[in-house]
Amino acid sequence: MKLHLIKRLLVMCIGLGLAWPALPAEPEQTASPWLLLTQDNLHDPNGPGVQLLQNPSEALFELPRDVVGNQVNWVRALDKGYINPRINLYSNTKMKVLDMDVLRRNTGEMNVVLFPHRQHTEWLDCTNCHEWLFKSKAGATKFSMFDILKGEFCGRCHGAVAFPLTQCNRCHSVPRTAISLPAKAD
Amino acid sequence: MQHFYSFNRYSMCSGVIALALLILLASFSARAEYGDVVLNNRAEKSGMRPVIFPHWFHRIRFKCKVCHTEVGFEMRAGANDILMSDIIEGKLCGKCHNNKIAWGPQNCHLCHSGLPGLKTGIRGGDSTGGPGKW
Repeated sequence: MKLHLIKRLLVMCIGLGLAWPALPAEPEQTASPWLLLTQDNLHDPNGPGVQLLQNPSEALFELPRDVVGNQVNWVRALDKGYINPRINLYSNTKMKVLDMDVLRRNTGEMNVVLFPHRQHTEWLDCTNCHEWLFKSKAGATKFSMFDILKGEFCGRCHGAVAFPLTQCNRCHSVPRTAISLPAKAD
Repeated sequence: MQHFYSFNRYSMCSGVIALALLILLASFSARAEYGDVVLNNRAEKSGMRPVIFPHWFHRIRFKCKVCHTEVGFEMRAGANDILMSDIIEGKLCGKCHNNKIAWGPQNCHLCHSGLPGLKTGIRGGDSTGGPGKW
């Protein structure tokens, strides 16, 4: 019985050895994740201006990578100084960075949502979200995942210009067990 | 309690189905760069190619706040009525595209670079391409 098993193992080893050269090798250079503008089904390749425009790959290849969206982690790119976008056209307007996390606990069976103000206010002005879209008072704005999927509330940006809604755990990031509060409180 | 539980399960199931559908839809959509906006409410009616606005390009150079507060663009593709005359007068895109901050409005084909027939809206390969107004 034992001998039979060893024989079988030996045959498997030889088989694998023979098949080894035929196995696909690790690609040395992965293809660019960014399409050329002339191939993106959006720009007219015959248009007179398209050849003058910068291609995404020329600008994005050296930024911190992500697995979704533009394949760029824009928050990290800003935090680590890879990019230094201009903050105003009028010198009397400033960025008002607010370092305050908000938890949204009414998330059913999903992890609790942690909304970090800091990352958002590094890019946006308070008035981009408050008070017309979100009330400043925590819990005062009622919305569901379906509203977000329809492009409202968080979905104004997430799913359109910020990381997409397939990235559940980036928002639903805090296990209920990690916070000692009742699940139904908001 | 039992009733509450079954409702919860139902809503979760439909959520999962919705998400699966969205991913499926996304895989069929044209693969432009994430966040690209097609502006064609007026362009083609006026005999020009649709405008393609790339968020990725502008985001490297400006924070969201600059265009969505100072310039005043609404955060909804298609919701801004943009007239070429406003741009030439230095409003909207023309706040930067004025030959001072960025190239001026005489460079028609740099903005009007889209394929004919495109519909106004937001595009992108990794977008969820949802059922809403995107």
